[in-house]
Amino acid sequence: MQFYLPIADMPVNIFLVLAMGVAVGFISGMFGIGGGFLMTPLLIFVGIPPAVAVASVASHIAASSFSGAISYWRKRALDMPLALTLLSAGIIGTASGVWLFTMLRSLDQLDLMIGLSYVTLLTIVGGMMINESVRAELRTRKGQPATLRRPGSHTWLHGLPFKMRFKRSKIYVSAIPVLAIGFIIGFIGAIMGIGGGFILVPMLIYFLRVPTATVIGTSMVLTLVTMASATVMHAVTNHLVDAVLALILMIGGVIGAQFGARTGQKMRGERLRLLLGLLVFSVGLRFAWQLVVQPDDLYSLRLVGAV
Amino acid sequence: MMRRIAAAIAFVLTACAAAPAAAERLVVSLSNHRVAITSNFDGENLVLFGTIEPTDSKTTLRQSYDLVVTVTGPRHTLRTRRKERVLGIWVNVDAREFVRVPSYLAVLSNRPVAEIAPPDILRVNQVGIDNFLLPQRIGPDVADTVPDDPYRVAFVRLSSQQGLYRESGAGVTFLTPTVFRAAVPLPAVVPTGAYAIDVKLFADGALVARTSSALEVVKAGFEQFIAEAAREYGFLYGLATALMALLTGWLASVIFRRD
Repeated sequence: MQFYLPIADMPVNIFLVLAMGVAVGFISGMFGIGGGFLMTPLLIFVGIPPAVAVASVASHIAASSFSGAISYWRKRALDMPLALTLLSAGIIGTASGVWLFTMLRSLDQLDLMIGLSYVTLLTIVGGMMINESVRAELRTRKGQPATLRRPGSHTWLHGLPFKMRFKRSKIYVSAIPVLAIGFIIGFIGAIMGIGGGFILVPMLIYFLRVPTATVIGTSMVLTLVTMASATVMHAVTNHLVDAVLALILMIGGVIGAQFGARTGQKMRGERLRLLLGLLVFSVGLRFAWQLVVQPDDLYSLRLVGAV
Repeated sequence: MMRRIAAAIAFVLTACAAAPAAAERLVVSLSNHRVAITSNFDGENLVLFGTIEPTDSKTTLRQSYDLVVTVTGPRHTLRTRRKERVLGIWVNVDAREFVRVPSYLAVLSNRPVAEIAPPDILRVNQVGIDNFLLPQRIGPDVADTVPDDPYRVAFVRLSSQQGLYRESGAGVTFLTPTVFRAAVPLPAVVPTGAYAIDVKLFADGALVARTSSALEVVKAGFEQFIAEAAREYGFLYGLATALMALLTGWLASVIFRRD
């Protein structure tokens, strides 16, 4: 069934978009991530203008992370003060991201910027995940415990001033790395149309030593607020948020996420991380391929303004 | 008052006397002057009907005519960008701006335009995409280039791939030697705004008559509401979308709650 999207200015097949929402929602529920890094490229692939895709996916991620955050809130697996501190910097990051997005679009380099950031981020994060989970797998083969105990030793990050105590996560760290992480996530989220959950979770674990019990719930609150505000900011500055597209994606996404979460709970943590790592890494390679291989058409059009 | 009427009559008489060659006139009618984009819009085909008539009882019509229908959409400005390999990756290195060019351009005729009239006549009357004025910004100047300029070729090719530019030598059908019909295909991605239709009649390689018509493409109902809300009330629209996201997320957590 075709439906004409009012902002993307093109008809799409509702069931195709709904199916994409369900598929990405399944993966996001399984791994506890937003899934923006899969959804945005998929939308671009079916012909949605990249700028509309990035702006509309933001609200889709807001929906799926809100339903996730609610269930973590019920389980009390959520560190609200930590999330709010990350957020204060996250909002500034999002605003700067939306500003850079608008500027790059006028310079004809938005597609390149999106492509390059996907390649760098996804291959690095994916590679690290694969490496870490393969080592864990090998340790289990040798009969050692799969996960190493979190080292109690402090890194240089713990020597920084302005220390804050986050009770639920049982950590005592400087506000500087917390704010820096919040800013980075907000910034790349706005540019790439991703929530950044798959980067935020490792960052919180490795840099801030946030325990696994609270990390996903906390990351979801951050994703929720940055993506909801990115929606509003994209709507104000670029007028590119397609509410109809977003609604179809959301409905598919929240349904898929429920089934994904059930599948994910049946799998071992290391196996799950390896799968996610492979997925992230291959999406990164796909983008690298696109940048390196000669495109079918060297020319492309971009609307500057209607008269 | 009397003198004015007399002057008008005199003017009409001289005008008729000065143009004895204008013996034919065109009468055209469009199937639909207002195309509404609704939620199930998937392109539309308009039909233009028309006849060739003698201007007075003395003239007799010729044996054969050629007809060219040119439909132009609302003007907009586009950049045509060219990629080149820089440090191993493909980057947009250069761009040309096409200034106030039609967003939609269809040239429909009963046979290929090159067979209808000599090149100079076609160029003067802007018949065919190659002869249509597509101004580009080149440095400080705005000018059209030769038809085989690489940016112009790429621009026409990319617009044609979207179905927005087309030239068809079989777009006009003569039902009788003087009655014709033209099919104007509007693709699903057709831009909204005012469209102009220009109908030119050729005989023996010369322009003998022309007329014009118009249509408009508008978003209607729900589509219009959303598009206007996004453009005019960006903040409220964004807020509403964000709230819709929260509502969907909350509903999902209520429906699928398992504890």
